[in-house]
Amino acid sequence: MAKVTRRDFFKFSALASASMMIPSFIKPLQAKEITEKFLASGAKKLVIVQLSGGNDGLNTVIPFKNDIYYSSRNSIAIQEKDVLKITDELGFNPAMPKFKSLYESGYLSIINNVGYPNPDRSHFRSMDIWQSASDSDKYTTSGWIGRYLDSECPDCKNPYNAIEVNDTLSLALKGEKYNGIAVENPERFFMSTSEKYFGDIANANKNKHDDENVAYLYKTIVEATSSAEYVYKTSKIYKSKLEYPKGQFSSNLKTIAELIVSGIDTQVFYVSLGGFDTHVGQNGKQENLLKELSEGIYSFTEDLKGNDKLNDVFIMTFSEFGRRVKQNASGGTDHGTANNIFVINGNLKKPGFYNTAPDLTNLDNGDLKYEIDFRNIYAEVLNKWLNVNDKKILGGNFKQLNLI
Amino acid sequence: MIKLVKMTPTQQRKIQHLYHRAGFGISISELNKIQNNSIKVIVNNIFSSSKNYTDLSIDYGEYAGSYKMKKEARENLTQEEKKKIQKAFREDIVKINVKWINKLATDNAQLREKMTLFWHGHFACKSPVPMFNQNQNNTLRKFALGKFGDLLMAVSKDPAMLQFLNNQQNRKKSPNENFAREVMELFTLGRGNYTEEDIKNSARAFTGWGFNEEGEFVFRDKQHDDGEKNFMGKTGNFSGEDVIKIILENKKTAEFITNKIYRFFVNENDTDKEVVKKLAGEFYDSGYDIEKLMKNIFTSDWFYDERNIGAKIKSPTELISGMMRVFNVKFENDLPIVFMEKSMGQMLLNPPNVAGWPGGKNWIDTSSLMFRMKLPEVLFKSSELEFSYKDTPDEDNMKEVNMKEDNMKDDEMNMQKQKKNKNDSANREKKFFKKVKTNINLNDYFTTFGKYDKEELVGYLSEFVLQKDINTNTKKLALTYSDISSKENFIESLIMRLMSLPEYQLC
Repeated sequence: MAKVTRRDFFKFSALASASMMIPSFIKPLQAKEITEKFLASGAKKLVIVQLSGGNDGLNTVIPFKNDIYYSSRNSIAIQEKDVLKITDELGFNPAMPKFKSLYESGYLSIINNVGYPNPDRSHFRSMDIWQSASDSDKYTTSGWIGRYLDSECPDCKNPYNAIEVNDTLSLALKGEKYNGIAVENPERFFMSTSEKYFGDIANANKNKHDDENVAYLYKTIVEATSSAEYVYKTSKIYKSKLEYPKGQFSSNLKTIAELIVSGIDTQVFYVSLGGFDTHVGQNGKQENLLKELSEGIYSFTEDLKGNDKLNDVFIMTFSEFGRRVKQNASGGTDHGTANNIFVINGNLKKPGFYNTAPDLTNLDNGDLKYEIDFRNIYAEVLNKWLNVNDKKILGGNFKQLNLI
Repeated sequence: MIKLVKMTPTQQRKIQHLYHRAGFGISISELNKIQNNSIKVIVNNIFSSSKNYTDLSIDYGEYAGSYKMKKEARENLTQEEKKKIQKAFREDIVKINVKWINKLATDNAQLREKMTLFWHGHFACKSPVPMFNQNQNNTLRKFALGKFGDLLMAVSKDPAMLQFLNNQQNRKKSPNENFAREVMELFTLGRGNYTEEDIKNSARAFTGWGFNEEGEFVFRDKQHDDGEKNFMGKTGNFSGEDVIKIILENKKTAEFITNKIYRFFVNENDTDKEVVKKLAGEFYDSGYDIEKLMKNIFTSDWFYDERNIGAKIKSPTELISGMMRVFNVKFENDLPIVFMEKSMGQMLLNPPNVAGWPGGKNWIDTSSLMFRMKLPEVLFKSSELEFSYKDTPDEDNMKEVNMKEDNMKDDEMNMQKQKKNKNDSANREKKFFKKVKTNINLNDYFTTFGKYDKEELVGYLSEFVLQKDINTNTKKLALTYSDISSKENFIESLIMRLMSLPEYQLC
């Protein structure tokens, strides 16, 4: 069971009473009830980090004893002396000392060779597959987190149960019935919905509508306005004093940390870092991105740890595909298939490497063969972390990995 | 017991309904001209206005011929030259996009443009080569109201599509099934009406279909598998043309297309299965005559049933070109149009995947709805709108049209208040405020509506602006929030308030 400090408890009940306007005479009882609910389910948070463009996993976690790696990548391979070694064979890109530190603390696990059958090398299609969790020959218009919101979990009915820290909503957060919300800046989101006219017309149309679309549109305004107010008010409770690295990605993570520590009900957060499509001159570009990724996540985990929240937050990264083993003629790499993903939490069952490094002698047309279907990870997270029926949401039976 | 009187839509609303579906809405001056005509006459006029049409073309700069470049010449280009070409290509695709939006908003062949938009979503395709986009767009326009078979054949032999669905790589020795699969799943029969064996065999029939460096269709004899194939219960050494013929002989194709047309042009939530079945039968019997099918729809009584009026959520393209057409909105610069498309989730020439835009409720989420509701104010008051976009990945070297900073400078974008532009992240993930400059000419509205008093006005204007009735309280609020400093200001601001209502998202 999650640990809740006195401070958390105090903040949470302060929020509860402020936002729900509980009359003072029932406050203690109500607060107790809310706290129990908070302890039971609300405490578990999932943070999904999307690396857009197809991150080159082989130059992220480097097989520095592998001759094939070096012979396939004569100008972009990371030299053994520069690798941040973590085992006898594998190490991080030199831009990632912060990940090495997370690894050494036991907060990080690396899952290799994650992919799916009949991989699609198109960014868009492949990203759709990852976000919708569909088979590669099927088209699905809802995302896996969206369907989580649709599912019967008791806390899912609010759109703010899943927040994408961005200005537009990804497919991953769109359900059949419910959508998550896109909020990059809680204050700005609040401002966009606080126009008095919009509030007034929503109010004037509270009653049931015969027309399905009219009802849907008004429901969406109500969701936007009520979520915006809730998220904005919650965001003001805890302001992090920790210095995060510069950049939008880290600042988005900071927003998430502040919301989590403030005790927001939201269970899923979605954030992305783009620019990984490195066909040309890969090394400098990828290093900057990996630095941004690892330093941002490191600060985020520090912030959570300082507030006793690291055990309650499960972070997973993914990218739509890895890149080809062999580099191309312009110092870059082309679209590939299987890739590594990182999971981060204060209480991992199997920290370190979950499985073995990619087998560079056994390739499929020059691409890595996948070993673990990404939906196995989704299944585990849905079932064990978010406590919902993974089979229903994923539309199939995917074996869990025993990470949690 | 109180006798229920079934409300029937007014003639005005029926005309507006027709224009929303067969086009992009109707301005008040147009409506004034035709409102006493019968629906039949109006439908005929809509079809005859779409007989003659003009192709879409843009002025290409110095890189116009680059796509025709021979392979060796292309390989000899320096990185710098390649980048320049890619940049020019991206900009040209934006030009085509904006030119098309303007065409949708102003062209007299309104129905043909609407059909072209429908086929663009049906034969969803994207290409990094501007000329390919232009050619495909004109192919869709040319056959938009012709025979579906001709359209299908033309699109299937179109370089943009052959490239997009990898048929260029479909060779006798190693067939690539992508094109064959999508032709059946998404373009003709629909899922469940063919087998995996049908896909394998038809992929063999399409081997050798490709395009040359001039961007023309070629049949590469040596790559073609002329062996025997089993396809949909038939056996023979079928060509790609044969496969398309067999697909068209199958009634499921007529049903699939009719169903999709019904959802796009009539109702997306509430399908009348009997009606669709009947329409599909007639469509098949006519040899897939699209014009006949459309006329059949627009002249039917059920098309004007209350349940079909205002039953659709406008796509972003319909919303933008509709505002431009109905209220004579002209943008002083083009890029805001593209940003609007992007913020609402529909970039023309850049569908999310080969299945096209899912449409309907998928257009609406909390952020896109707030954006849509805010938009009228931005256009009417030329005020500031915050735009942002995600860094989206490249598709086979196609930089998605994502307005890198240099493009914006070229286009004299006034990037204001751009935050943190020094760090990497902010350079990839742009946010800026843009003053959207527009010219709106509402003179016809002042003339038509100037004679009414306030209370009357809100009734007449809401009947004109919206396809769904709004309640009294909403009307009162729209009035309260309007500017009463002059009659003109009042009409203008009331129109703007009505356009900011959720009901304006419907047509």
